[in-house]
Amino acid sequence: MSATGKSLTGNTTGAGDMPRHPDGKRQRVGKDALWKKAVKRPEVGSLAGVILVLLVFVSVAPPLRTMAAWSPVIYQASIIGIPAVGVALLMIGGEFDLTAGVAVTTSSLAASIFAVHVAGNVWVGVALALVLSLALGALNGWLLIKTRLHSFLVTLSTFLMLQGINIALTRLITGGVATGDISSMPGFASAHAVFASYFRIGGFAINVSVLYWIALSVIATWLLLRTRVGNWIFAVGGNGDAARAVGVPVAGMKIALYMGVQLCVWLLAMHLLFSFVTVQSGAGVGNELIYIAAAVVGGCLLTGGYGSAVGAALGALIFGITTEGVIYAGWNSDWFKFFVGLMLLIATVANMWIRHRALRGK
Amino acid sequence: MGDDAVIVELDGIGKNYGNVHALSGIDLQVRRGQVTCILGDNGAGKSTLIKVISGLHRPTSGVYRVDGKAVTFESPREALDLGISAVYQDLALVGLMPVWRNFFLGSEITRGFGPFARLDVDAMWRETDEALRAMGIELENLGRHVGSLSGGQRQVVAIARAIHFGARVLILDEPTAALGVHQSGLVLKYIATAAREHQVGVVFITHNPHHAHLVGDHFIVLDRGEMSLDAPREQLSLDTLAFQMAGGAGLDAIKHELHA
Repeated sequence: MSATGKSLTGNTTGAGDMPRHPDGKRQRVGKDALWKKAVKRPEVGSLAGVILVLLVFVSVAPPLRTMAAWSPVIYQASIIGIPAVGVALLMIGGEFDLTAGVAVTTSSLAASIFAVHVAGNVWVGVALALVLSLALGALNGWLLIKTRLHSFLVTLSTFLMLQGINIALTRLITGGVATGDISSMPGFASAHAVFASYFRIGGFAINVSVLYWIALSVIATWLLLRTRVGNWIFAVGGNGDAARAVGVPVAGMKIALYMGVQLCVWLLAMHLLFSFVTVQSGAGVGNELIYIAAAVVGGCLLTGGYGSAVGAALGALIFGITTEGVIYAGWNSDWFKFFVGLMLLIATVANMWIRHRALRGK
Repeated sequence: MGDDAVIVELDGIGKNYGNVHALSGIDLQVRRGQVTCILGDNGAGKSTLIKVISGLHRPTSGVYRVDGKAVTFESPREALDLGISAVYQDLALVGLMPVWRNFFLGSEITRGFGPFARLDVDAMWRETDEALRAMGIELENLGRHVGSLSGGQRQVVAIARAIHFGARVLILDEPTAALGVHQSGLVLKYIATAAREHQVGVVFITHNPHHAHLVGDHFIVLDRGEMSLDAPREQLSLDTLAFQMAGGAGLDAIKHELHA
């Protein structure tokens, strides 16, 4: 039986990439060589992208050859990278969230307005904003499940509604388009220290947001690759029906992923609020596409089931280098969007090629 | 009755969708270690029958027994708990996930507690390897994406998974329909392995009489929701089966018209 089995499977898999051991008692059967495994990873394309933009901007922008110039680069990467982690997990789970940009403004507006007009302490506003953000995520997920519409359409609707709510409610409550300064309120100093402070390592200034970015990316990576939930995220995005058939709670997973996006959104919102002390009610629009772009550049498949959090972090780093690189090169910052588009195109083509190879098992 | 090799027994099963009689008067037994083939043209009621057996639909008449006891399934999960498992052609596996992750999807092995529970990758890898080898399948690399396997290998992995997780009755929905000759042979071989060596009762749905006759112990041909043939292997030649499947006497009439 096993002799024929061998010949049949052997013939159909094509050339074996591992030598066959005669004893058949290996602990782990024919695992790929390390470099081969690395080339198959979804984030390898974005790593190449990081090296590419690095070479380009280091050559055209001399200031980038000094250490000090890298502090704002890493900072920029972090404020794109924080929401991109949630967006990437959701995209692997097969869905979009177009609210991620305006929802940052919603969350910080809520914290600020509630702290100023109701609570009198910024920490109460911070807590309320968290509850509101998670509820918004749950609402997005619930609408997706109930309407059975495409997530693009569902979150486009909530995106437009939020955009209206942000401006209208802010005008109604504060009478203007921005919230008042909260820097003299009780609790501000401690909240600023938690969400927006800088610290120094050997003359290199690092914002605490960078730590959050790295921590979120590490947690998301562990979640994806080493937990049951991670297995389910890949499965609901890759083949929802197959996942449902083996008992994976597909609806629950989608709602949780939307809440995850809004958790990241809330964290960024608090960072921005305590960095800038006031909030412009029209801010954030358009950033959702940058987050999605970072996830896609990082190897996430637009149709779900494939991608990585490390890739999304590298995607954010590419955009961080690009934003600051354009400025250091002395170009008009309008060019940033052009480079985002160009990188997106190059990275997507490269990723498609990598995935194609991975699927063929080469 | 009284035959303890019978796991699943359908007795006069019928299914109506409104006024449409999708199935009527179906008698069928699935025995341990045997392959029961269900053949029929498109629209003959094969898919409805699978849905009834796998617990997706409830029959509107007749009795469904498992181990001699009448059952009414509210969901496929309940059927699964009694060891009745359906392997659908496209719904079984996630193409972009590695073989070992697919194998344990929904039944992952973890170590540690609470939020720190992590996948026991070594154990899952090892058990996947053992389960596949027990079926006589040797994949060179369990880290390969399922999408990179051949169509036949995919079916076989899905079958091995169902057996590993306790399937006593395996319902295979057209497992060879989209496959070439060589790949079909591969799948048929493992269908026989599942029945003979793992003592699973197999329900093999197909519209290919040649495939059915290679592995089947008992044959049922459906025609417009009714059984037009119900015979054990000993009483049936491949020619008779093929003739029945091809439309029986109806095809002879067409032949006469065409060559008249």
